[in-house]
Amino acid sequence: MSTRPIKVLLGKPGLDGHDQGAKVVARAMMDAGFEVIYTGLRQTPEQIARIALEEDVDVISLSSMAGSHIPFCTKLKPLLEANGLTDKLWVIGGNLPAQDHDALRALGFKGIFPSGSKLDAITEYIRSHVK
Amino acid sequence: MNAPQKPELKKVINESGIEVKPLYTAADVEASGGMEMVGEPGAYPFTRGIHREMYRKQPWTMRQYAGFGNPQESNQRFKYLIANGQTGLNVAFDLPTQIGLDSDDPLAEGEIGRVGMSIDTLRDFEIAFDGIDLKKITVSLTINGAAAILIAMYLAMAEKRGYDIRELRGTAQNDILKEFIGRGTWIFPVEPSIRLVGDTIEYCAKEAPKYTPVSVCGYHIRESGATPAQEMAYAFCIAKAYADDAIKRGLPVDEFAGRLSYNFNIFGNIFEQVCKFRAGRSLWAKIMKEQYGAEKPGSMWLRMIAAGGGGGLTFEQPEVNIVRGAYYALISALSGTQTMALCSYDEAYTIPTEYSARISLRTMQLLIEEMGLTETVDPLAGSFYVETMTNEMRKKMEEIMAEVDAQGGIVKMVADGTIQAKVSAQAYQMQRNIDSGVFRKVGVNCYRNEKEEDHPVEFHPYNEEDARHQIEGLQKIRAERDNAAVAAALAELRADAAAGRNVMPALMKAVKAYASVGEMTKELVNVFGRYQEPIRF
Repeated sequence: MSTRPIKVLLGKPGLDGHDQGAKVVARAMMDAGFEVIYTGLRQTPEQIARIALEEDVDVISLSSMAGSHIPFCTKLKPLLEANGLTDKLWVIGGNLPAQDHDALRALGFKGIFPSGSKLDAITEYIRSHVK
Repeated sequence: MNAPQKPELKKVINESGIEVKPLYTAADVEASGGMEMVGEPGAYPFTRGIHREMYRKQPWTMRQYAGFGNPQESNQRFKYLIANGQTGLNVAFDLPTQIGLDSDDPLAEGEIGRVGMSIDTLRDFEIAFDGIDLKKITVSLTINGAAAILIAMYLAMAEKRGYDIRELRGTAQNDILKEFIGRGTWIFPVEPSIRLVGDTIEYCAKEAPKYTPVSVCGYHIRESGATPAQEMAYAFCIAKAYADDAIKRGLPVDEFAGRLSYNFNIFGNIFEQVCKFRAGRSLWAKIMKEQYGAEKPGSMWLRMIAAGGGGGLTFEQPEVNIVRGAYYALISALSGTQTMALCSYDEAYTIPTEYSARISLRTMQLLIEEMGLTETVDPLAGSFYVETMTNEMRKKMEEIMAEVDAQGGIVKMVADGTIQAKVSAQAYQMQRNIDSGVFRKVGVNCYRNEKEEDHPVEFHPYNEEDARHQIEGLQKIRAERDNAAVAAALAELRADAAAGRNVMPALMKAVKAYASVGEMTKELVNVFGRYQEPIRF
């Protein structure tokens, strides 16, 4: 493993404005020693894919609270693939009903952290899964 | 040998940062400032309530947050709630509507009707409120970034149905400053956003004097990580910013202050919340009287909805949220609120079903019909604990407001992200305290079920058909309306926005010509620009 800190993109997809959770997780990631690029609100799939590529991140993570995670990730997946980002760790958290978890895994999101997940569980997962 | 020591009681500090003693006596009341600010209900400083007879005369309005899909579906849910005894409406809009996008905007894809009702033009409002008596049922619109447009649309809809808008009651949330702190449905930069709030206050003061154009929300600031004392203090700072704008326009304080209202949160420690409301009522009255020279009692009233409690609900053991909700409703009732709404037990997961929304309604109805909460005004008054804590909460709020002033004021602190960074740091600390078990949450960090059973939560389905239907409806309107009239109204809107004139008259013309939310927003963005979010940690 390289010596540089784990670099994480934390994005707020779509129009949802509930960013309390995203900001809390961003702080937890910073405290865990990760370098965090927090996008702010209202990112399109194209913006997420572009920032992930430009910033050369190890982890692409999303925080979704308002239910549009499946349509968003469906659009995001081919863009991340086209940018050659399939070897990065894709993680998603937020209001994610259990019935959607298989669909999210099929869309390439290996780490799924529904509301109620512990902060340390998120950072430990990332630390142990980044290649 | 050492004398046996009495076990030390653990020190308790409430969320607002005030120490809670195991016993309060008359001496504590005296030491905290005495009974000077208690007074009588219905009289300055209104600690005990803004009306003398309170719920004996009229119980709180019940106003569950509702709206989803297209206007037809929302209309049915509204009628269901009214048929079940709900006495007001609290309308949820989808995210495209909230941030001023039409349903056929590419950015709206996948979001139409998802978290609220989709609105493009006046036609949608005509459908949404069809068959609902707007005199009997007052309507609250949970809309902020696009509030000026939706207020115009509501007034125009009512006018078209033959109501005299000078007599029309209703509320718009229209608190943009808190959207920058939490919730995030901003559109324009901070300064023009405040100006738009001012336009609505000024217009309503003159044309729709019984309409409440603003409901200042401590609620979402609390959800974003603020303490109860900060929630109320920041809300007052925000309300003062709107009041200052109105006064700069030459409006006398007594002509608009009576139509300002508030939205506060109800989760947390029961006594801390009740004292928050009692303290806040007298502090706001004092601010309006002493700082603004208000003379009418109505200008000094803290009119409010005490509602929701979403931040206190849990994903774990969601059925226990029904019980939490009952305690939150009790807090609302003891706080002397004018309006009540409860998050439903499944709301941590999804849009409430008819079933869960009805349980929330029944919870509030229980307090009225069985529990005696409407019989006597401010029943906790005179308690040594409650009066001491009310005094201490008031002092705490005054300190927080003084800190805001010392740091350059709320507008500056919101624009540069200072407040956002402060409340999100607190939210982080709270989450750490929940994760570690320091801050107890039943079912989350104590009394967990060995195995979470299958939750009795029914997910609200998202219907792609509705979105298509909504887009087709908008395109049909665009084809049928008088597009020359729309263009003229939009040109007038742009000109008025650029010249610094009140945009409400032009918005009224535009909505009546069936201009869409997206078209009107675009004109305003062309003049005002878009907000750039400061990212600060």
